[in-house]
Amino acid sequence: MSGPPLLKVTGLRKAYGERVVLDDVDLTVDPHDVICLIGSSGSGKSTLLRCLDLLEEIDDGVIELEGREISDPRIDQRAVRQRMGMVFQAYNLFPHLSVLDNVTLAPRRVHGVPRADAEEQARELLGRFGLADQAEKHPDRLSGGQQQRAALVRALATKPALLLLDEITAALDPELVGEVLTIVRDLAASGTTMLLATHEMEFARDVATRVCFLDGGRILESGPPAQVFTEPREERTRQFLRRILG
Amino acid sequence: MGPDRSVERAAPWQPSDRELARRAVRRRLRLRSMAISTGLVALVVVVVVLVVGSSPGWPRVRETFFSWEHAKASFPLILDGFWLNVKLFMICEVFILLLGLAVALARTARSPWLAPVRVAAVVYTDLFRGIPTILLILLLGFGVPALRLQGLPTDPFLWAGVALVLSYGAYVAEVYRAGIESIHPSQVSSAVALGLSRPQALRFVVVPQAVRRVVPPLLNDFVSLQKDTALVSTVAVFDAVFQARDYTAFNFNYTPYVVVACFFVVLTVPLARLTDWMQRRWAERERAGAL
Repeated sequence: MSGPPLLKVTGLRKAYGERVVLDDVDLTVDPHDVICLIGSSGSGKSTLLRCLDLLEEIDDGVIELEGREISDPRIDQRAVRQRMGMVFQAYNLFPHLSVLDNVTLAPRRVHGVPRADAEEQARELLGRFGLADQAEKHPDRLSGGQQQRAALVRALATKPALLLLDEITAALDPELVGEVLTIVRDLAASGTTMLLATHEMEFARDVATRVCFLDGGRILESGPPAQVFTEPREERTRQFLRRILG
Repeated sequence: MGPDRSVERAAPWQPSDRELARRAVRRRLRLRSMAISTGLVALVVVVVVLVVGSSPGWPRVRETFFSWEHAKASFPLILDGFWLNVKLFMICEVFILLLGLAVALARTARSPWLAPVRVAAVVYTDLFRGIPTILLILLLGFGVPALRLQGLPTDPFLWAGVALVLSYGAYVAEVYRAGIESIHPSQVSSAVALGLSRPQALRFVVVPQAVRRVVPPLLNDFVSLQKDTALVSTVAVFDAVFQARDYTAFNFNYTPYVVVACFFVVLTVPLARLTDWMQRRWAERERAGAL
């Protein structure tokens, strides 16, 4: 590896009052990594992603993006978020805008791309994700899978260096999960750096460069998927995998 | 779901030096923004005082509108009258809330037997939201007693109150209705699926949620009502404004009006703050649910 890692987290702590949600989390993301966070609900996966996108104030530790500390309160949060894209479990598309306007909002208003260029790029991306003929529709006319694909396009439209995906298939019907995961697989294959919280173990096994098992706010175990899934070191990981994989 | 391990953490956590430094920075940033806002507010106040104070007509205006002697002299009269305003809006508000809810429910009724009620509710809201409150007070305050109907009270205080209730009831009904319609249809579906009748679904599921959601706009209307009780002075009800007008006519000094204004402000400001606070709490709660 040359140069600093894309993202480096050390000793991250987050608590809501007395409840400690993240405890001494260390994590390094290098360019082109696809890191899957696994663990039961409430283990802190989502909170970790939200902390990295500076949506939550952290209680201790350091987050560095491209060698610069971004957990400093004096940092320009908008500049940081322009380097990251985030997709949420509930899509969070803006219902009052068409799909095309959802996708072009940030390029036009934040990055100052002229409307024509932004729309051309957006249509190109939407086409790649099989949404070419949905561009003019409003989000609630789309199926869940289409909405989540549109949300992915929206996050990608600003060409982020790092993509954070928060259980993006958890709200989808089983038959729609595949179409979204296929796209994420393609993104991984084309070298997009991603950090994703997921319950899709098969997907994690195929695509992840590294899997982190979170339990009670700690990264209990992390390693290549082949190792974590076949011979986990920790008893807790083994229990969790047995429950999930049956 | 496994046992929650996050609670059994043993070793007490100590913030790192880095975190302590970061807290210091956050504190400094907070202090800075407080200093900026305080400084700006003070600056604006000073500028306004200077501009007003240096205007050529200021000494005259001060004598006519801000005379300390006249303020002191008119204070007891106005206090006396203001008590009437307070009584008026306290009584009216109760009836307004009941009338508004009844009308809103009538408008959402679906049964064909209730069609006349529904129509009456629509006509009522359209009509009484359209009539300026002051005209309604004049019409009822002077008109009804003039009918000289047997058994009908002629007290203008009462009829001015009725006018306020009718006028505000129409507004409040619309606020309630907006609240009822903002409750997602799935709530009705799940209530009906449990075997509740539609009125039961409204009563136990929809209305409780709707009412909580519309409390801030209702408080807003309540503040507005407090001010509009001043309109009853037009039908010879001896409220604070009437007393002030009386005093003004005798002494050729407008200070009592300013005193009345102060009374209303003192009354409405705490309520406005309460409204803000509730709205903020609601927003926070809804955001917490959307995480």
